[in-house]
Amino acid sequence: MAEQLVRSVPVIPHTPAELERQPLILNQRPFGWLSDHIAGVAEGKTPRWWWIAFVPSFVIMVVCLSCVTYLISTGVGVWGLMIPVGWAWDITNFVFWIGIGHAGTLISAILFLLRQRWRTSINRAAEAMTIFAVICAGLFPLIHIGRVWLGWWLLPLPNANSIWPQFRSPLLWDVFAVSTYFTVSLLFWYMGLIPDLATMRDRATTKIRQFLYGLFALGWTGSNRHWSNYEKAYLLLAGLSTPLVLSVHSIVSFDFAVSQVPGWHTTIFPPYFVAGAIFSGFGMVLSLMIPLRSWAHLEEIVTIRHIELMCKVVMATGSIVGYAYAMEFFIAWYSGNPYELYAFKNRAFGPYAWAYWIMVGCNVISPQIFWWKWARTNPWFVFIISIFVNIGMWFERFVIIVTSLHRDYMPSNWGYFKPTWVDIWTFIGTFGLFMTLFLLFARFLPVIAISEVKGVTPQADPHHPLGGAKPHHH
Amino acid sequence: MSRRKRTRTIRSAAQSLTITENAMAETNIKYGLIAEFDTTADTLHAAAMVRDAGYRRWDVFTPFPVHGMDEAMGLPRSKVGWFTFFAGLTGFTLGMLMIWWMNAYDYPIVVGGKPLFSPIFSFPVAYECTILLGAFGSLFGMLFLNRLPKLYNPLFRSVRFARVTHDKFFIVVEATDPRFSDIDTRKLLERAGSKHIEEVRD
Repeated sequence: MAEQLVRSVPVIPHTPAELERQPLILNQRPFGWLSDHIAGVAEGKTPRWWWIAFVPSFVIMVVCLSCVTYLISTGVGVWGLMIPVGWAWDITNFVFWIGIGHAGTLISAILFLLRQRWRTSINRAAEAMTIFAVICAGLFPLIHIGRVWLGWWLLPLPNANSIWPQFRSPLLWDVFAVSTYFTVSLLFWYMGLIPDLATMRDRATTKIRQFLYGLFALGWTGSNRHWSNYEKAYLLLAGLSTPLVLSVHSIVSFDFAVSQVPGWHTTIFPPYFVAGAIFSGFGMVLSLMIPLRSWAHLEEIVTIRHIELMCKVVMATGSIVGYAYAMEFFIAWYSGNPYELYAFKNRAFGPYAWAYWIMVGCNVISPQIFWWKWARTNPWFVFIISIFVNIGMWFERFVIIVTSLHRDYMPSNWGYFKPTWVDIWTFIGTFGLFMTLFLLFARFLPVIAISEVKGVTPQADPHHPLGGAKPHHH
Repeated sequence: MSRRKRTRTIRSAAQSLTITENAMAETNIKYGLIAEFDTTADTLHAAAMVRDAGYRRWDVFTPFPVHGMDEAMGLPRSKVGWFTFFAGLTGFTLGMLMIWWMNAYDYPIVVGGKPLFSPIFSFPVAYECTILLGAFGSLFGMLFLNRLPKLYNPLFRSVRFARVTHDKFFIVVEATDPRFSDIDTRKLLERAGSKHIEEVRD
């Protein structure tokens, strides 16, 4: 009898250490520590690492602007483009940069809707990355049109010819998709910044900082009546950004898929482009966050767990991209279309085979290393793989664009595209533009969403003992 | 930066003046009572007490949104969604009308024998317009409902209140509330567990 009574009491086993989930913020840091530590990156004397990164970035940005000036003043002939290769590095770079932006929106919007609380440590920097990547992306379509001063004809504005843009063209859909994407990303980013700008305002020690942070904080007080509307608006913006980000790269893929070029005219393009965009974007987030967390001493907020989770996303999307490459080949054979099959054979074994196999090596093979935990939890190793991902995804767009165009239906047109120095330096230069903007962001704005990170700590939960909850007495 | 140095700085961008406690007493319009709390649980319980006492013109101030605070304060559902919905609807309608008017009515162009207007090819652009205006509706709807920007706020005169964006929690009961009384309201906030209560003047 006594034995039975003892057995009826449920035994709650203690969780073994290896099954305990890693906390999002290490060492149970208090709220004040979080604001001091994160805001501190944008305060005080400019650290040496910042100058070491900023000066070369700025110089490379100036190279980019010089190349663009040379292009506009001379003409697109300074690039290596030659019919039938009418699109080459320009559109490759455009798709590359716009794809990078997609991880920022995935982290800020989709992971928010999926209640992935780990996103709070990386969403601010990833959203900034999105905005700067879209700026770099937007540059290329604008300068590749040749007569840049007529770029406003893409917009639905009245002009002297009384003619309107042609809305049946996917290229025009792209104008709307990319400009909407940029605007909405900026709004979302700014809205997330408002409470943190108030923190910066309240910490400011100089009048100019007080004035500027105060102006952009709009008088935020942390009122709960305000938070109530703020959280609803944040949720709605996340809900709007999710279909937006999926539509943007789908529409970018329509630039190709709606045409009739073999190698482009496939229905797999929208999902395949979106997966590739997220893959490359996470690669870039890792390339940026691993040095940043180390140089700005943010290891307790952007933890190994965060890096590991991002590696899993890279591995998953990299595998989807690998599947898409295989499926494209299968359909090229299965469709029985000789032109389509030739385009794919030419990709893998033609004159650009070297580019194709770099793409496969970097995108399909390299992320498979993340099946091993040691690979996911070793930040500088992850950094190297993330660089491979960036390289691979640039080559993917190069392969899609150039190999499909360089041998068109008329063999007398066939040729081999080679970039000129202007092509090369304009592209390298956009990294200078991107890094200059990112470093300015890291120097003047909180690189981690302070109020959001505070909100995911155990002491923020009023029902947790660390949040001050008293044990219940029945 | 030391914490003391930070708390000494005053938050308003509009009036970047350092005001001492003495200067605060010289201004004469009473704004309300401000009670400080250390933890989210304390603040949540205190908010429920102020709600149950029947106050109307009061608010809770926190460094981050506290889960369950809307219920503790008895706040209704936020109305931001209506701004998003109508702005998005406007975006979709305007997008479709723009494409029809430009390509089918004002200057019809025949391209590849395709119809002059069709909701199919118009959809991507109208869809982007929906999201664009919906996003503006969400942000500006939120700012309108919160009556922001408001660069001057009497609470910015409280030196301790500067820590609301750092690590402290506050409940403010305004003097214009019909139930407000210097003694009873202060007692309620003390009973609710606040260790520091002060009067804010404007």
